[in-house]
Amino acid sequence: MTLEVHIEKKLAEFALDLSFSADDAPLGILGPSGAGKTMLLRCIAGLEHPSRGSLVLGGKTLLDTQRGIRLPARKRRIGMLFQHYALFPHQSVRKNIAFSLTSLPAAERERRVRLMLERVHGVELKERYPRQLSGGEQQRVALARALANEPQALLLDEPLSALDTHLRSQMEVQLQETFSAYRGPALLVTHNIEEAYRLTSRLLVLSRGRIAALGAREEVFRKPPSVEVARLTGCKNISRARAVTEHMIEAIDWGCRLHVSQLPAGAILNCGIRAHHLDFAEHRSAGATDDNIFPCWLVRSSETPFRITLYLRLHKPPDESGSHDLQAEVFKEKWEHFRDRSQPWYIRLASDALFVMPE
Amino acid sequence: MAPAATDWSPLWISLESSLTATTITLILGLAAASWRQRHSGPAMALFDGACLLPLVLPPTVVGFFLLLLFGRNGPVGKLLLRFGASLVFSWPATVIAAAVVAFPLMYLTARAALEQVDSRFLEAARTLGASEWRAFRQIALPLAWPGVLAGTILSFARALGEFGATLMLAGNIPGRTATIPIAIYFAVEADDMRSATAWCAADLIISVALLSGLYYWTHAQGPARWARR
Repeated sequence: MTLEVHIEKKLAEFALDLSFSADDAPLGILGPSGAGKTMLLRCIAGLEHPSRGSLVLGGKTLLDTQRGIRLPARKRRIGMLFQHYALFPHQSVRKNIAFSLTSLPAAERERRVRLMLERVHGVELKERYPRQLSGGEQQRVALARALANEPQALLLDEPLSALDTHLRSQMEVQLQETFSAYRGPALLVTHNIEEAYRLTSRLLVLSRGRIAALGAREEVFRKPPSVEVARLTGCKNISRARAVTEHMIEAIDWGCRLHVSQLPAGAILNCGIRAHHLDFAEHRSAGATDDNIFPCWLVRSSETPFRITLYLRLHKPPDESGSHDLQAEVFKEKWEHFRDRSQPWYIRLASDALFVMPE
Repeated sequence: MAPAATDWSPLWISLESSLTATTITLILGLAAASWRQRHSGPAMALFDGACLLPLVLPPTVVGFFLLLLFGRNGPVGKLLLRFGASLVFSWPATVIAAAVVAFPLMYLTARAALEQVDSRFLEAARTLGASEWRAFRQIALPLAWPGVLAGTILSFARALGEFGATLMLAGNIPGRTATIPIAIYFAVEADDMRSATAWCAADLIISVALLSGLYYWTHAQGPARWARR
C-alpha cells in the first residue's frame, strides 16, 4: 500500500509545502523542533486542513482540495499515536482499545482486544485504567488502540519522547516489532537522529516546512545533500570548500587540500566528515597528501562513559583562543592507545568518509 | 394554614417545576456550550451576552420580558393562542421562568467544564472513527461531568429559589403555580407566620441537602474516580 502526500499549508512563520510518497517501508521524519513535523502528521490524519494538497492512500483519495474532496478524520482509517498517548482517562484499557471496534459483535470485539494486547505484551493490563499504567505501559496500550481497527496507515508522533532513557530502548524494541508486523505506510516523527535511524529504513528530513532530504537512511547519512541535512543528521565537522581538480578540493576552514571520490557541480562547495569517521594514523605516511593525513593538536576533550570526544586543531598547536577545527569521537579503548603519544598526532580524513555538498 | 391541614402543593409544584426546568436547562445549556466551543469570533460576544443576560437582569425584569413574549399580545403568545393554548398563569409558566433564570449558570459551568477537556482526547477519538456526537457523548461529557454536575445542581437550586420572574409570568394560583417562595411571600403578607416559617424550614432543608450533594459529588467522589492511584 502506498501513501501519496502533497500538502501546502501556511503556518505562522513559514509554509508547509511538500510532496512525497511512502510505502510499506517505515519512513522516519526527522527535523528540528518547529520544522512542521507534527503539523504534517496532523494534516495526514485529518486533524488539520491544508490550504492546498492531495492525499491518496492505497488508491483511495482522502483529500483533494482541487476536487473539493476532504474526508473527515474518522473516515480516513489512519492510526495515530499521539505524543503523550491521549488514552481516555475514564475508560479502562479494554474500553480504550475497543473504542474503534463498535461495529464488531461483542465476542469478536473482546477477541480483538485480547489479540491487540497480546501483540504488545500487555494482556494483564486489560482491566486497568490509564492512571494505573507506567509510561511504557501507556505507550503499549496506545499502540494497541491505534492498531485495533487495522488502520491503512500508521502515524507516530514522537512516540518515545515522553519516556525515561531506560524505558526508551525497551519501547524501541516494541516499536521495531510493531513495524515489522505492520503492512502499510508507517510514518515516525522524531527529532532523535539515532532513534530515526534504528527504527526506520527511509528518512525524510524536514526543515522549515520543506523536504531537505529524502531517501534510504544509509544514503541520507552517507551523502547528505546539503549542509543543513549534514548538521541535522549530526555531522559535527563542516568546512567551506572549493574545487581544485576533479578529485581534489581545498577545505577553506581547515586550511588543507583533500582527495575526494567525486565532486558535485558548482564552484563553491562544502565538505564534511562525521566525528566517528576520523581516524588516527600511526605517523605521517610517505605518500603525504594522498592519504588526507594531517598533523593535529588536542585542544580539549569531553568524556561519555564509553567514548571520548576530542577537539582538535589542524597544522598548529592550540592558541589562547581555544578554537578547534575538527571534532573526533573515539572509543575509550582506542584512546588509551595514543593518549600518551607526543603531539602532533596524525589524523586521517578518509576520502570515502568525506562528503562534498553544493552550497 | 394550620400544620394539621397543611397544603403540601407548593412543595410538589416547586420540585416538579424545578426538576423539569433543570432538565431543559441541562440540555440547552450543554448544547449552547458545546456549540459555542466550536465557534469563535466577535459575534460570539453577543451570543455570550444573550446567554448571560438573565443572570444580570433583576428577575422581575426577566419576568416582564417573558410576559411580553408569552402574553396574549406577544409573538409566542399569539402563536400559542392559535392552537387554543395559553401559557401565562399556568404550570408550564413556572417551568419557563425557572429555566430562563437558571440557564446562565448552566451555560457558564458547562462551558468551563468542556473547555478543560484536553482536545487531544477528542482528536484521538476522531482518528479512531468516532463521529462528533459520539466524541462528545463518550469522551467530552464524561470528562467534563463533575463540572456539568455542579452546574446542574446550581441550576436546580436557582430554579427552586426563583420568585420574581415566576410571579410575573405564572402568578400565584394555589395548587397550580404557587411555588414555595411564592407561598412564603403570600403567607407573610397574610400574617401567617407559622406557614411561612414551615416553608422557610423546608427550603433550608432542601438547600442543605443540595449543597452537601454538590460537595459529595465534586470533592468526595471526584478523586476516587477512574481508579487514581
